[in-house]
Amino acid sequence: MKTIIFENVYVQSRATAVGKMEKDGPLGSLFDVTFEDSYCNEKTFEKAERALVYHACDQAIRKGNKKISDIDVIVGGDLINQLTSSHYFARDMNLPFLGMYAACATSSLVIGEAAMLVEHNMANYALAFTSSHVATAERQFRYPNEYGVQKKPTTTLTVTGSGALVLGRKKTKIKVRAFTPGKIIDWDHKDANDMGLAMAPAAYDTLKTHFQQTNTTFKDYDLIVTGDLSKLGYSFLMDLCVQDGYEIDHRLHDCGLMIYDFEKQDAFCGGSGCACSMCVSLAKLLNELEQGVYQRIMVIATGALLSPVAIQQKESIPCIAHAIVYERSEA
Amino acid sequence: MDKKQIKDTAKKHVPKHTKLRNTIVAFLCGGVFAIIGQVLLYVYMHMLKMDEKSALSLVIVTFIFVTSVSTGLGVYDKFAQFFGAGMFIPISGFANSLTASALECRSEGPIYGIGSNMFKLAGSVITYGIVSAFFFGAIRFLLFGA
Repeated sequence: MKTIIFENVYVQSRATAVGKMEKDGPLGSLFDVTFEDSYCNEKTFEKAERALVYHACDQAIRKGNKKISDIDVIVGGDLINQLTSSHYFARDMNLPFLGMYAACATSSLVIGEAAMLVEHNMANYALAFTSSHVATAERQFRYPNEYGVQKKPTTTLTVTGSGALVLGRKKTKIKVRAFTPGKIIDWDHKDANDMGLAMAPAAYDTLKTHFQQTNTTFKDYDLIVTGDLSKLGYSFLMDLCVQDGYEIDHRLHDCGLMIYDFEKQDAFCGGSGCACSMCVSLAKLLNELEQGVYQRIMVIATGALLSPVAIQQKESIPCIAHAIVYERSEA
Repeated sequence: MDKKQIKDTAKKHVPKHTKLRNTIVAFLCGGVFAIIGQVLLYVYMHMLKMDEKSALSLVIVTFIFVTSVSTGLGVYDKFAQFFGAGMFIPISGFANSLTASALECRSEGPIYGIGSNMFKLAGSVITYGIVSAFFFGAIRFLLFGA
């Protein structure tokens, strides 16, 4: 499949909701809703993640002066088995719902899917969201939260948060320009505590495919960000780009490196999770695009599609990356 | 780009091993734990006038109690991240794995949650502890008699 180019899809409104650690990070003031602890005023972490989704979607719809009945379709996903957070949220919305999973690459996937529906008049307004929560993800993919095992220096920290945006054909300053669906790359990496390195080749493949299909290079973008490659994956990706002769020219960055303050916060190698790329791109990057700091940016959300059972059976980690291009338009 | 080139490039970005640092810290921390245990044993035996066997059990119970409370308060894992195997290998590591699993599964209720998940991590220790006890017991019996 080729890169999908959109002509009529615009971001109508967007909102984010995050937990305490993200609030205390360098982007803290940019998020719409913030919570003081991991429970988000709920009884369990699973409900807390759902609360984040509720707040993000609620704010996104309100900020666009829309009603729930104006939305034609919801596209969403999260990291928990059976997309628990997304499905329980959608249960209360009484609207057509498309649940999607691509691990941490879900953010670009849901936006791409929603944009296709809007572009082809299948929906006037589509709501896209993703969420992740450090406690629910640790529990499912790693160990109990309070377990005192020494974490490797390659570990990443799942972002607690949710981001939602409403797409429509009405012109605004932010245009969704293109969507490059990635293919799965598996290079026999088996260390589930080192997702950054695992995902970098997938990000590189999607980036290269996008450049080839759209006949562009780093110079055509003001900023290209990856989702959650962390310190190691980020340097690995740069190395791959340089080896193939690309001039990066300070245009490459990573959302996982932006969300936490490494000096003050214990963030290991950086943030991860499908809320990482979503929250950073919605709260920071699209703001800057709107203000005219950038004219065209690309967000490559990266996902490690591991299953804890498969890892214990000594399988390697398949990885994927999906890219979305945003452009500034004079509305 | 082929897999070999990717793998070769990846090797350059793997962080340096911290094994030496971890070993030294674990050694010192484990040693400090042993000293604390010895002091406690002395205190229980001489100040509380207990016999050695009961005092030993009480030392272990003290370690388990302190670990479980600090796990519940959410500070144990922060220390464990620094001290590593020094806290993981002693009885404190075992107590922490039980408490952490129980806390995590509290939301699923006492039977399906705490009851069936408490030994999720420590289960291996119990299982192989019993299996090896059986074999070593059998060997001892065959070699030295009852």
